[in-house]
Amino acid sequence: MSAGLRTEDLKKVYKSAPPMAAQTGFLFGAPRSKGPGEKKDFEVVALAGLSFEVKEGEILGLLGPNGAGKSTTVGILTTRIRPTSGRAWVGEHDVWAEPVVVKRMFGVVPQRPNLDFSLTAREILTFHGAYFGIPARDSHRRAGELLDRFQLAERADQMVRGFSGGMMQRLSIARALMHDPAVLFLDEPTVGLDPQTRLAVWELIREYNRRGKTILLTTHNMEEADSLCQRIAIIDHGKMIACDSPAALKASVPGGWLIRLRFSLSTPELAERLRALEGVRDVRPGADSAVDVYADRGGALIPALVAAAAGAGAEIHDVHLSEPSLENLFLLHTGKGLRE
Amino acid sequence: MNWKTFAALLARDAHVARRNILPVLIQNLIQPMMFVFVFGRVMTGSGLLPQAYKNMLLPGIMAITMVISGAQGVAMPLIGEFQFTKEIEDRLLSPIHIGWIAVEKIVAGMLQALAAGLVVIPAGWLLLGSGLDLSGARPLELLVMLFLVALMASAAGLVLGCMIGQTQIGMMFTLVLGPMIFFGCAYYPWSTLARFPILQKVVLVNPLVYASEGFRAALVPGIPHLALPAVIAALVLFDAGLVWLGIQQFDRKAVS
Repeated sequence: MSAGLRTEDLKKVYKSAPPMAAQTGFLFGAPRSKGPGEKKDFEVVALAGLSFEVKEGEILGLLGPNGAGKSTTVGILTTRIRPTSGRAWVGEHDVWAEPVVVKRMFGVVPQRPNLDFSLTAREILTFHGAYFGIPARDSHRRAGELLDRFQLAERADQMVRGFSGGMMQRLSIARALMHDPAVLFLDEPTVGLDPQTRLAVWELIREYNRRGKTILLTTHNMEEADSLCQRIAIIDHGKMIACDSPAALKASVPGGWLIRLRFSLSTPELAERLRALEGVRDVRPGADSAVDVYADRGGALIPALVAAAAGAGAEIHDVHLSEPSLENLFLLHTGKGLRE
Repeated sequence: MNWKTFAALLARDAHVARRNILPVLIQNLIQPMMFVFVFGRVMTGSGLLPQAYKNMLLPGIMAITMVISGAQGVAMPLIGEFQFTKEIEDRLLSPIHIGWIAVEKIVAGMLQALAAGLVVIPAGWLLLGSGLDLSGARPLELLVMLFLVALMASAAGLVLGCMIGQTQIGMMFTLVLGPMIFFGCAYYPWSTLARFPILQKVVLVNPLVYASEGFRAALVPGIPHLALPAVIAALVLFDAGLVWLGIQQFDRKAVS
């Protein structure tokens, strides 16, 4: 069985602090307060009309900074957060009209492990299987296979409270795969993992995808999005900024290279001189005499930039070069870095 | 309704309860049993209280034990699972309507309350020594009472578990369970409050009053008690209200 995902104009406004399902990784925007004399209302817009589609068998990455609305999107698609408006489908099924049907179709790997601490690793898998109606014998066999494959067999019959972060995350993924879902949601699956475990998790995700499964991954790690996803949807403040393949997204940055400069002073004349240089595609002055230069070359342009600055009576205080990347794309659209 | 999932959820709770049987028993039974021993054995034995007090006391202790073990058994894990460990999420994502997961919690709590309530009778027998005289003449009434009280305890646990924050657990004991126990007519029959007419009316909002009085009506009908039909009617109302509120609150917690 395979199935894609679709959302249509999803909006979510929290009237009180976002509860558990969206809390992880959620940074509050400034709560809007009403005019004087009115009752003070808490209101946070987490999603402001988000539409996107994940095709069958595709890995789509939702990339955005903390508070962009990634976890809320996953929460809505997984029946845990009711949208304020808009609709969401898993396969052909409307998530909020047929939640029970939909719950059978997906597995979820949460951002923070939410393993059942009252059970052993093996029991976590077999009970999960039982919730999904898998006969006990099949469930035990499958749990054994997954424990082997995720290198948890040695500690299979221990309580999970003492497990390391990496082990818990592997077990979370194993649990999500127990009922062999058509769609897998991974909410920041590698946050806090050591590089080796991260690579192992990536490989597990690729392997599952090779079996024709659809995967929606949220991340604020560009490398992760770049290396795993066939398409990336960049979101910020609950809105879609761009959605395409990693290569196409990178190519959409003017010139590809971003040179962030800071001068002793920034004048319109300076910007003009920079713009006139060969290879420069766009010049965007920012605050504190900072200027972002988008160009089709990197280091080779530095002498010309220094000369242009000198000609305009300015001195360069700081230079930061970044090669074509998704980070540049994000900066281009939002004026801020993913980690800021 | 998906019976397989419901049964699996119940099996999980039973499995965890079995694993924790000793701490659960200690948590639920030690305090009431000490009360039984001190008031029912020591104080009656020393002549401070009449021997007949034993018969009056045991049904009340049974009510308290059921209410505490049922309410705690549901509320305490839920408070942690919802707010801190989020352990319940895997069950919330199981293929069943959220409302049924709340019902499962109620059923699991009822079983815990019933088990605790039924342990009280033999334990009380052992602790109280001679002079205990419970009537077995009203088995049907006793079964109805056991069911209604277990449901009340468990549903109250669901309400508390969904409405109380982790930092308010101490307050829950001080402000909810404490007054409920002391003004629950467990240690004295409701009729003895006749000299405090206002208090006698006020305690009627406390469901434990009906539990204690109902068990007295079923086990020691000779002691003055509230009329059983009134007790049953009140408990049915409490049960319906608490179940409704508990499912509502569970849904609010589970889906944001």
